[in-house]
Amino acid sequence: MVGSRRRSLAGWGFVAPFLAVFALVFLAPIGYAIYLSLFRNRLIGGNSFVGLDNYTQALQDGDFWSALGRVTLFLAVQVPIMLFLALLVALAIDSGRLYGKGFFRVTIFLPYAVPAVVATLMWGFMYGTRFGLIGNINEALGVTLPDPLSPDLVLASIGNIVTWEFVGYNMLIFYAALRVVPASLYEAAEIDGAGQLRIIRAIKLPAIRGALVIATIFSVIGSFQLFNEPSILQDLAPNAITTYFTPNLYAYSLSFSGQQYNYSAAVAIVMAVVTMVIAYVVQLRGMRSEDR
Amino acid sequence: MRRRRSVTLTVLTGVMLVYSLIPLVWLLINSTKTQAGLFDSFGLWFHGDFALFGNIADTLTYDGGIFLRWLGNTLLYVLVGAGGATFLAVLGGYGLAKFDFPGKRAVFAVVIGAVAVPGTALAVPTFLMFSRMGLTNTPWSVIIPSLVTPFGLYLMWTFAAEAIPDELLEAARVDGASELGTFFRICLPLLAPGIVTVLLFSMVATWNNYFLPLIMLKDPDWYPLTVGLNSWNEQAETAGGEPVFNLIITGSLLTILPLLAAFLLLQRYWQSGLAAGSVKQ
Repeated sequence: MVGSRRRSLAGWGFVAPFLAVFALVFLAPIGYAIYLSLFRNRLIGGNSFVGLDNYTQALQDGDFWSALGRVTLFLAVQVPIMLFLALLVALAIDSGRLYGKGFFRVTIFLPYAVPAVVATLMWGFMYGTRFGLIGNINEALGVTLPDPLSPDLVLASIGNIVTWEFVGYNMLIFYAALRVVPASLYEAAEIDGAGQLRIIRAIKLPAIRGALVIATIFSVIGSFQLFNEPSILQDLAPNAITTYFTPNLYAYSLSFSGQQYNYSAAVAIVMAVVTMVIAYVVQLRGMRSEDR
Repeated sequence: MRRRRSVTLTVLTGVMLVYSLIPLVWLLINSTKTQAGLFDSFGLWFHGDFALFGNIADTLTYDGGIFLRWLGNTLLYVLVGAGGATFLAVLGGYGLAKFDFPGKRAVFAVVIGAVAVPGTALAVPTFLMFSRMGLTNTPWSVIIPSLVTPFGLYLMWTFAAEAIPDELLEAARVDGASELGTFFRICLPLLAPGIVTVLLFSMVATWNNYFLPLIMLKDPDWYPLTVGLNSWNEQAETAGGEPVFNLIITGSLLTILPLLAAFLLLQRYWQSGLAAGSVKQ
């Protein structure tokens, strides 16, 4: 009994340092944000408790809804494209039919190591009509291609940047999951006369369902958090990207240009709740189909 | 199993490869151009003057050598932030994987729940909290939040559960080794591939961090490379500001090279760590 108590203490001892910092940088700010969101700073009367007023304001705020709608559209289009491409590449590399598969694996992953700032600056310059590739093509062919940084196209252009940054990362997650499948399963299936497509559907996809769910959850969270790419592109496309382009950009502008810390905290909490609910739904759906 | 290689599949996957590489090739080519050359040459081919070394020298010395200062800051944040994050994740992951203690499930629920909270949703409250504590505009405001990686903890946890047999721990305990001694002398070497993986991924997160330092730091002397590079970009867009596109491009190249090198050199370790630990069901 003494031994098990000692070990229980040791277990806590190993986890405690992580938990201490975690409490400081995760739990405390969440608590503080909730506290802030219940107050409002008025010109007359100073800081006063307003209950849920900031939340009602957020739910009636057209700018907030337009930002939320934009990231939802982004999510619905960009995430499936990115994950599908990542899955195709992972399956191709895993199939053992590529020449130089190690080279493919490492090279397609490399954009993940590029900071979002650099990725956005590179793509932003390439999109540019001044000395970018689009400008070059227009000049060389005497045509006028649509401007990727125009209000109509800028969301798709951001989608391209995000896809470029994360296809390789997701590919690697899928590939790592595929590696864990025992080769004997494939041999048995081939002896039974199963073709490659059948093997993919019956063995490979079910085997990486967990990885697919995790990748989807992370991508959903990433889409709702969208900030770096639009914020950096804002300098190159000031007319196309508003201060409320995404919910995070909105929360940021409210705090740092508008000094509306309380309202900004409410917007951030609403977004956190929305994100958690959707992540939870994705996880539940992923698990349910696993039971089947 | 013997498989026939397929040219068609290789070419199709090659399309993805080209997509992944084109911006990097663009960066490499354009860092050899002068600012004037950027404007009057084709983006994917070289300009007559080869200005790479001049650009590198200019990037490193522009504005009193601020780029080197930013590089030093980034190294500091990565060393202390990502190093500390890895250490905490390894300790915690090992504790969760190899010990049974009351409250373990609660720890799991809270940490996994926290992964779903957008980091950026926390940034503003963290900023306000840190500013009350007098930490903003100091390196600590960037380092302390980097010390925690829930994903790293999760990765280490699954990795440690696989990589360390319980019998080994029992044997060490029977021999009278202390828990810490067992951890450092016996378990750490077994955890090496997982540690490299967590270290690389938290290094990337810290090296590439933009949002947090952007809001925490006002003084350019504390900027990391990411925020610094974008401040050069903003400078070009403001009225009367001096455009330094060639320096932004060369600076971007210098910013990504260390990480690309780390990934390429260590690929054997982090790939096996990822395959063995992170996603096994």
